[in-house]
Amino acid sequence: MTQENDIYKCFHSVDSQWFRRRLFSLMIVVLIAFGILATRLFYLQIIHGDHYYNLSKNNCVRMQRVNPVRGLIFDRSGKLLVENRPSFDLTIIPSDAKPVDQTIKKLVQYVPEFAEAILETTSKKIGYGYKPVLLKTDIGRDALASISAHQFDLPGIVIEANARRDYIHPGLAAHLIGYLGEINADEINKNIYPNKKSGDLIGRFGVEKACDEYLSGVPGGRIVQVNANGQMVEVLDTVAPEPGHNVFLTIDYDLQQTAETLLQDKTGVAMAMDPGTGEILAIANSPTFNQNDFIGGISTVKWKELMSNPDRPMLNRAIQGEYPPASTYKVVTAMAAIGEGIINQHTTFFCPGSYNYGNRDYGCWKKQGHGRMDVVNALAQSCDVFFYYCGKKLGVDRLARYAKGCGLGELTGVQVDNEADGLIPTAAWKKQTIGTPWQGGENLSIAIGQGYNLVTPLQLLAFFGAVANGGVLYKPLIVKSVNTVEGDAVITGNPEIRGKLPVNRDSLGLIQKGLLQAVNHPQGTARGYVFDDMIRISGKTGTAQVVSRRLEKEGPNKGCKNSFKSHAWFVGYAPSEDPQIVVCVLIEHGEHGSSGAGPVAKEMIVSYLKSVFNQSSNQADPENMNVFEKSGSGLIMQ
Amino acid sequence: MFDRRLIQNFDWGLLCITLILCATGLLILYSAVSTDDPLNISYFYKQMAWYGIGLFLMILMFLFNYKHLDKWAPVIFFFSLLLLVGVLLVGRHAGGATRWLVIGPFTIQPSELVKIPVIIMLARYFAKNVRQNGIGFRDLLIPMGLTSVPFFLVLIQPDLGTAGTIVLIAASMAMFAKIDRRTLICFILIAIVAIPVGWKLLHPYQRERVLTLLSPEKDPLGAGYHIRQSKIAVGSGLIVGKGYLQGTQKKLSFLPEQHTDFIFSVLAEEWGFAGSMSILFMFVVLLVFGLNIAHGCRDSFGAILSVGITAMIFWQVFINMGMVTGIMPVVGMPLPLISYGGSSVITLLIAIGILMNVSMRRFLN
Repeated sequence: MTQENDIYKCFHSVDSQWFRRRLFSLMIVVLIAFGILATRLFYLQIIHGDHYYNLSKNNCVRMQRVNPVRGLIFDRSGKLLVENRPSFDLTIIPSDAKPVDQTIKKLVQYVPEFAEAILETTSKKIGYGYKPVLLKTDIGRDALASISAHQFDLPGIVIEANARRDYIHPGLAAHLIGYLGEINADEINKNIYPNKKSGDLIGRFGVEKACDEYLSGVPGGRIVQVNANGQMVEVLDTVAPEPGHNVFLTIDYDLQQTAETLLQDKTGVAMAMDPGTGEILAIANSPTFNQNDFIGGISTVKWKELMSNPDRPMLNRAIQGEYPPASTYKVVTAMAAIGEGIINQHTTFFCPGSYNYGNRDYGCWKKQGHGRMDVVNALAQSCDVFFYYCGKKLGVDRLARYAKGCGLGELTGVQVDNEADGLIPTAAWKKQTIGTPWQGGENLSIAIGQGYNLVTPLQLLAFFGAVANGGVLYKPLIVKSVNTVEGDAVITGNPEIRGKLPVNRDSLGLIQKGLLQAVNHPQGTARGYVFDDMIRISGKTGTAQVVSRRLEKEGPNKGCKNSFKSHAWFVGYAPSEDPQIVVCVLIEHGEHGSSGAGPVAKEMIVSYLKSVFNQSSNQADPENMNVFEKSGSGLIMQ
Repeated sequence: MFDRRLIQNFDWGLLCITLILCATGLLILYSAVSTDDPLNISYFYKQMAWYGIGLFLMILMFLFNYKHLDKWAPVIFFFSLLLLVGVLLVGRHAGGATRWLVIGPFTIQPSELVKIPVIIMLARYFAKNVRQNGIGFRDLLIPMGLTSVPFFLVLIQPDLGTAGTIVLIAASMAMFAKIDRRTLICFILIAIVAIPVGWKLLHPYQRERVLTLLSPEKDPLGAGYHIRQSKIAVGSGLIVGKGYLQGTQKKLSFLPEQHTDFIFSVLAEEWGFAGSMSILFMFVVLLVFGLNIAHGCRDSFGAILSVGITAMIFWQVFINMGMVTGIMPVVGMPLPLISYGGSSVITLLIAIGILMNVSMRRFLN
């Protein structure tokens, strides 16, 4: 087509020769560029070809992942609760272990103790790639030595040193700390954990789950050159993994330990909180479980055992258990009755032992009656009749508004998941859920915390914390801070206010007085089991009927002898003048709030305040240390 | 349209080299995807379908007179920008970027397709403004504006490779149309000043990313590892290669994206230096055909259009092969006609269809 080059009619502004010259330059550029590529190919394939050919033969250059170390978990004062220990994991790289069968046979000879585990894995398809297949975790030092000594006889057998989670105090705060589990296919596909691959562990429960993104760290890797046996010859490149951050919980190890000891052989919850900040100091569930059992996959037998246990050890009762609040709810009723002007500090009622409403007698727990009661006495002695009256006047919906205002029947917003919200009934709720209208008599039952009411121990704890601190409802905190390994804070758990109790200062004072007398007044329901002559404690007992009294009389007919006994509550705080700790104890089938739950609560309060006192007395001057003497000095008698 | 001369002047050579490249592409792709995973083989059949659609579009592209492209350039350009905006609004997000539009059973990557409207639009502009002593600064403002809109729309997807290609194509076309010497010096001076200033303005993490792009060793587990494996694959091919389907590197799926951006490493491993040079030669032939069509064209629009298309193919081949052999940064860049990917294949075949169009009408216009 070159003969036509002289006729470029359409180039109005430039001539054809000019265009040809420029195209010629372009051609030169193209040829130079391709010359560079050709030279590069010559360099790689001819000059250095043998080098690359050798590297390619056994796929000698490989990328290995280096797992990050998972962050540690401490208590509030820095006592280590969860750490990592080295674990030697036996793996096989099928493509290096030629032939696989023979290598496995030899391996089993060297470590006969793991024969079963090894053969179980290799009986399945292990592929033929360069990806290590795990044969046995945590083989121990003897096996490690035995295999290392015969390494040349065992091509493709690689021992990886990994960090393994170690729960130093098995069972301690197990529900709060949680455990790990292997990531599943669904989570990998959805890329919820971008840094994790199949076989990795992720937090499955508790703080391990809630703080997983901080704890897990970022994996690194290295590029290595291996020999024909698959054994490493040279590290070509390394990217160090980023270790996970350390988590400091708000719990106090000693108090937690005390609570767990006190709960032994019981079913229930014992919790404590700092009323000034909402920091959870202890959260003990009983029965508990050993988190170490979950490492490397829990065995089917153990899992079945945990799941079939009627006491449900896996249930985090503190935040997931929903119970009738029983008499502890009278605090709400009192608050509502004062707030709505139904009663004041001078209002009294006479308790003859029962209250008649609509052709039915609603009994007081004290059959002979309390006599004349004001609100303080009614709280202290837990007089049902006083609160029946309040309930009748209030009605369900007004009472529900106050209960919600106290944070009951609502999520507290604690950082671990699966929190239950409980239930505060309203007339509309009953109509919608049960289908029948609200009955006047039900106003009486709910006023004393029976009926449909359900709360979680955590809700009650937070509520009493607010009563103790003057009315501020805090969000329960479980994480004090998350720090990098260097100690720099990544996040700090600052107190978070959820709201204020629907009560003014004077009325709250009446309620606080009632709670003080419940423990300290000779007639107080908790006097016998909670009273301490050193520390002034305030609180409220509760005895939640599991089934109606009628059934109880007919006697047990379904196995468990305890199942008809009432649940026992004690919620309280101390020292009453300047509360440092608020506790909530629930013992399932503990019969009476005072005898069942009271002693546990008292013991927790006393041991915690003693340790606080000891700590401060080590620092402060001796004149300021008579907290106990001060609190023991005057009992209020009325 | 049914002028006998059209058939007489049809560029059979260009068609031949295109079909040879497509066939080679299918062969290598088959090898690249025939690994342990049987699912991979579906790439092969999908790619066959894409070649079919692409060849059909290629034929459509030479049926009408390319002068219509000049006329319709603004409309085509505008719609392609709409597609890019559409990607940002309703595009499918995958692998950290939003690049794809899902239309029925097809997933297309408008950033690939948009290269052609950019070329057409710039060809239209430069054809009107070309002059012997070069285009001045003021006349370059419009093409700069025209280029920057698709450039930024692609950049924020983000698709660094394609955005860079758009700029390279535009720059090549401008250089071909000749930039006034003073303006060129000006640009160089501005660049000398702007680069350090721009560097200062970047966030430290952005600087880190640019540095990683320029030197893969900074990312030994990512780009660095890819380059290392790719170089081993290419180098181990020696003179005649390990034989078709005999590659060891690709068999272990160690090579990243061995059916898309890194497909050349599979070819180099299995067919060796001889195979690599053959494919290099085929691309040189394709580019020579493209430049020859510009050479034979009798109007400036057709000539500049052909140069633009040739520049697009050139840059993609050069950057892709440079990346696979470790002399260019690792950016997403398919090897024209060879790499797996519908949008890339279709874009290339449409572009070649336009080249054929210009070629067969060289005596008509």
